[in-house]
Amino acid sequence: MISAEPWQTAETPGSMRGLPITRPEVIVSAIRRSKRPILIVGYEATEVELAKGKPLEYAIRIAESTGTQIVATAHVISEFVQRGFGNAFGMPIVDIANRLRDPDWKGLDGQGQYDLALFIGIRYYLGWVTLSGLKHFAPNLKTISLDRFHQPHATWSFPNMNVEDWQRQLESVMAQLKQE
Amino acid sequence: MSKKAVHLRLGELKTELAQVRDLEITIGKIIEEEWAEPMGPTPYPSMTSLRDWDLKLLKKYKPLYLPYCDACCLCTMGKCDLTRGKRGACGLDMSSQQSRIVLLASAMGAATHTGHARHLVEHLIDKYGPDLPIDVGKSVGIEVEAPVTRLVCGIRPRTLGDLEGVLGYLETQVTHLLAATSTGQEGNELDFESKVFHAGMIDQVGMEIGDIAQISAFGLPKADPGAPLSDIGLGTVDTSKPVILVIGHNVPPAVEIIDYLDKNGLYDKIEVTGICCTSHDLTRYNPKAKIIGPISWQLRYIRSGIPDVIVVDEQCIRADVLTEAQKAKIPVIASSEKNCLGLANRTLDPANEIVADLASGKAPGALILDPFKVGEVASRVAVEVAPQRIKFKTIPDATQVISEAMRCTQCSDCRRACPNNLPIPEAIKDASTGSLDGLAGLYEACIGCDRCESACPNHIRIHSSIAKAAERKIKEEKYKIRVGRGAIQDVEIRNVGAPIVLGEIPGVIALVGCANYPNGGREVAEMANEFIRRRYIVVTSGCSAMSIAMQKDEEGKSLYEAYPGAFEAGGLVNVGSCISNSHIAGAAIKIASIFAKRNLRGNYEEIADYIHNRVGAVGLAWGAITQKAASIASGFWRLGVPVVVGPHGSKYRRMLLGRRDREEDWYVYDARTGGQVYVGPTPEHLFYVAETKEEAMVMMAKFCLRPNDTTKGRMIKLSNYIDMHKKFYGIMPDDLHQLVRREADIPITMKEEILGILKKNQWQEQSIPDPTLLPRMVGARKAR
Repeated sequence: MISAEPWQTAETPGSMRGLPITRPEVIVSAIRRSKRPILIVGYEATEVELAKGKPLEYAIRIAESTGTQIVATAHVISEFVQRGFGNAFGMPIVDIANRLRDPDWKGLDGQGQYDLALFIGIRYYLGWVTLSGLKHFAPNLKTISLDRFHQPHATWSFPNMNVEDWQRQLESVMAQLKQE
Repeated sequence: MSKKAVHLRLGELKTELAQVRDLEITIGKIIEEEWAEPMGPTPYPSMTSLRDWDLKLLKKYKPLYLPYCDACCLCTMGKCDLTRGKRGACGLDMSSQQSRIVLLASAMGAATHTGHARHLVEHLIDKYGPDLPIDVGKSVGIEVEAPVTRLVCGIRPRTLGDLEGVLGYLETQVTHLLAATSTGQEGNELDFESKVFHAGMIDQVGMEIGDIAQISAFGLPKADPGAPLSDIGLGTVDTSKPVILVIGHNVPPAVEIIDYLDKNGLYDKIEVTGICCTSHDLTRYNPKAKIIGPISWQLRYIRSGIPDVIVVDEQCIRADVLTEAQKAKIPVIASSEKNCLGLANRTLDPANEIVADLASGKAPGALILDPFKVGEVASRVAVEVAPQRIKFKTIPDATQVISEAMRCTQCSDCRRACPNNLPIPEAIKDASTGSLDGLAGLYEACIGCDRCESACPNHIRIHSSIAKAAERKIKEEKYKIRVGRGAIQDVEIRNVGAPIVLGEIPGVIALVGCANYPNGGREVAEMANEFIRRRYIVVTSGCSAMSIAMQKDEEGKSLYEAYPGAFEAGGLVNVGSCISNSHIAGAAIKIASIFAKRNLRGNYEEIADYIHNRVGAVGLAWGAITQKAASIASGFWRLGVPVVVGPHGSKYRRMLLGRRDREEDWYVYDARTGGQVYVGPTPEHLFYVAETKEEAMVMMAKFCLRPNDTTKGRMIKLSNYIDMHKKFYGIMPDDLHQLVRREADIPITMKEEILGILKKNQWQEQSIPDPTLLPRMVGARKAR
């Protein structure tokens, strides 16, 4: 089942919709083109078990292969600590959204604002409003949703998928990142 | 007409006919002068009277807008595309449109509580007369009977009749606020936000008026920490008896039912049960009545067929209650002008005729706008209908659940309609093979909205199937709740005022609001328990107060049985229904008034400044749904009290967030010296959405920090914040250098570790000011 409609039926966004990711190359290319990517990991990244680990583990693999800074929202930072992953910064989702829309923010490392934000493990409706806020008020930021339900406010988002297809897509992203 | 045009203050007037001294007239009412407290600067504030204060808060806590959609569709020039800085045909941009929607929601909430209060006061004056004294706890020494009303309006209501003038003011303000949202009116987002705060303040007064009126007239518990325990849960209902169900918020019809049953010797023969806040107030009136549960229990209870008659009043009632009731052959009585359900108005018909029509099924329901008549008709209909209905239910049996599940095509429309994205297709698939365990597993997180069933193209009765699968769990829903106690006593405030303001009681946590929980009500009880065990004062109301009751500890007790109901460290204080939320604001206001001896009367800005800088209180609406919840939150924002919402609260479309990385935002005046002093991000946010209960708890502990904390108090608050951070996040917080002001703030057991962290952050000791955001307060207290 693959569909690029908003997952929650009534949540129709309006005039400005992002694009569905039909090929994983889109994600890899966006990360490669980005000067300052950031990966935001929500609590649902610890709730689902895929064949090769939780979505959180995929996030770690992306971060390790690309040097992308991770922001762990809610209490998810504890999961990174448990895994011995040190390149994650704990910050509530509303705080990171609030900073990403500020052109003067210097980033977590003081090196400047980010130009690409990837999201994984975010509750659908919370992701919806967060991505909408960034779409309207952070015009220089590109956003990518890596979750398995389509987020039309993201610049790019996976279409709606079952868990198996989602895992295949994530694995494909990993494989391409590894190749490069 | 501006306030000044109607507020006249005369020091002394001598004429040939008379001599007048200290006369104040406002909005046509004479303000009595036997009250020694001087009038503050803002009695009966207009929409702009407190704008400067609002803008001070909004400078620190800037709005983050999270639009729900890209367009505005409120006028005929639209739809207007507002994406990325575009303006609509009226000139509004996305920020102002979002703040306008927030104002609309808050004005709706304020109107709802004010309208409720108006109906209550009119009914009570009709029943008891305008001279009935206001008494919310005189016998326990309550002298500040209406702190919010005193603060906002500058009057001290003595009788029911006094409340009418206040209601007139509230109604005028709500009208102005609603007018400001019209096309071609307000256009600036911060001015919309200021009006949101105004709506919240008006809402708090409306709630207070409603609750003090009903406490006084109906004799509800008067600030009683030992208010009785009542039954809660669907399993507590004696189904061998006729059962009446009341739903809503306006209790007079339910009170009249109780009175009718009592007078006619029927009380022990009929079960009176309730859902939502009417049931809170019903048990405050008579603790033998039973609460079924929060708002989300409506459908499952109606479909269970247990009620034999349903009486609805106002607010939080499902719009399809009549349709659902008809399926279960349950007559419905509507009792509010605000919710007529399309039923014939039978108010003037003889009771005998209405009873006959409802009992025979000739009419599916009746609109009766007379609470006395509702009392008689509902009671008699229950008695007559019960033997005919024999608890006819619409919940399918297990065989039907399985056969309906076989129709499922796994289209996922149910899951895509579910607010909590529950794995319904998988559970239905299991059911089609004969196992109902999957459906039963959904019960706790199901908010009872029925969108799944409505969306199903194959007409599978999904919500009912969940109720069937969870039948055993539902029957075991037997708990105890302490009925709403109403206000906080003045003496309780005297006892805890100092430890709260100095920080030695780490905070006041208010768990309030509706039941749109992300993972079920259990989380609310878990959060309450965590803070009670840490010796915070936990206050609660509404659906959250019910959810807290609906869990048991290892000894089979609910938290209300395990902890005292006093406003003290480690207490669990159920104030009552939605409108009882005013007592929570009232407690914070009374700390400023009774403990700190600040003038209350018409002195909003100073009191809010006091609360914001000194009273470590935080609200949590974990399942907020309604516009009323928005206005309740807005009232706390204007007082400078932070509010946290659960993840669904993000749909209110706007947060109010501080930026701890901006040092310049966190300076206050030192009222002693006039100097500006950095106090760190305390409290860091004013309106905040948490993803998980763990995050909510850690943030609430942090949001209890205030600039005024003594070193001992800050140490206690930091101990809790750090301990919870380590417990739930697994690490030390990264902002300690912004929260520790002096070495003495550091919790002793962690001193070395924290000093190391501070050293890495080039931390330096800071002074602790007498904090205020108001320049006019510099030196003012000394001068007094």
